[in-house]
Amino acid sequence: MSSSTDWPLWEVFVRSRRGLSHTHAGSLHAPDAEMALRNARDLYTRRSEGVSLWVVPSTAITASSPDEKDSFFEPAGDKPYRHPTFYEIPDGVKHL
Amino acid sequence: MTATPTPAAAPTPTPAPTSAAASAQAAAPARALPANVAALALGDDALVLSHRLGEWAGHAPVLEEEVALANIALDLLGQARVLLSLAGDEDELAYLREERAFRNLQLVEQPNGDFAHTIARQLYFSTYQTLLYGQLASGESELAPLAAKAVKEVTYHQDHAEQWTLRLGDGTAESHERMRRGLDALWRFTGEMFQPVDGIDVDFEALRESWTASVTAVIERATLSVPDGPQSGAWTAGAGRQGLHTEPFGRMLAEMQHLHRSHPGASW
Repeated sequence: MSSSTDWPLWEVFVRSRRGLSHTHAGSLHAPDAEMALRNARDLYTRRSEGVSLWVVPSTAITASSPDEKDSFFEPAGDKPYRHPTFYEIPDGVKHL
Repeated sequence: MTATPTPAAAPTPTPAPTSAAASAQAAAPARALPANVAALALGDDALVLSHRLGEWAGHAPVLEEEVALANIALDLLGQARVLLSLAGDEDELAYLREERAFRNLQLVEQPNGDFAHTIARQLYFSTYQTLLYGQLASGESELAPLAAKAVKEVTYHQDHAEQWTLRLGDGTAESHERMRRGLDALWRFTGEMFQPVDGIDVDFEALRESWTASVTAVIERATLSVPDGPQSGAWTAGAGRQGLHTEPFGRMLAEMQHLHRSHPGASW
């Protein structure tokens, strides 16, 4: 199965129903976009998981780095006032 | 079983089962009804090709392609189960018949060869199946409901074969040569697809024209040329539809049937 490593990697996004957004399902190898779409059909929708597929070259994705986790995500952890539940609704407000 | 008279019933007279002959002939003549002949021919095609494609499991060039071929094999197995059940008991038909009793095309029993060889077989056969099921689906025979469902499956099989034919033919010098060899080697088994089959009310000459046009378009886009040899072997005295098969088929059947024959009635 060595040629598998020659083929580029693609990320697969599946939309399970109309009205929902595409969700990342996994990745696969394929020689080009058309074949990636077909492989995605065979690998990720064979149990009726989807009605629409996107494939994206993995190299086109810029991901956040685990090293940046502290500066990226931790500061949000102690800011409960960003959640709507932080606020008490005054008694007088009726239509909220 | 009661013989359902179809409007397009073939001229073969169906003998009314007289009480004297009924018990002795009950099983055998039932299978000779045109509808059963048709179901058996198409069911055997699907069963045998399904088994051949299944042989790629663990051997395909890449994991993704292995799943693709297995999916196609399972679609075909599903079709085979419905068709063989129309003709009789599916397990009995699949596992207990001798080579001569199978009615599949010689094309589908041909060994896998290399990947290009398998793709050539897929291109020839899935194009035929797509055209044939398309016509059966719009007809009124007892095969129409199955054909309506199966035509969606085999349209995908055809697309898969076409995509690969284009990539192998118009790929590297090596892949081009292998694709050419596959198309050439299997060409002489393609004529048999257009032999009329009892119980299939389809214009097979028109089918041959559509098939040739479709396959030619793909082969030429793949920068290859349509093989120019005869579409049947000069030496054949009939072919798969008459129960005459090529040598590799016996070995394939032995493998396919040995478990059932060694342990009759086994289940899990």
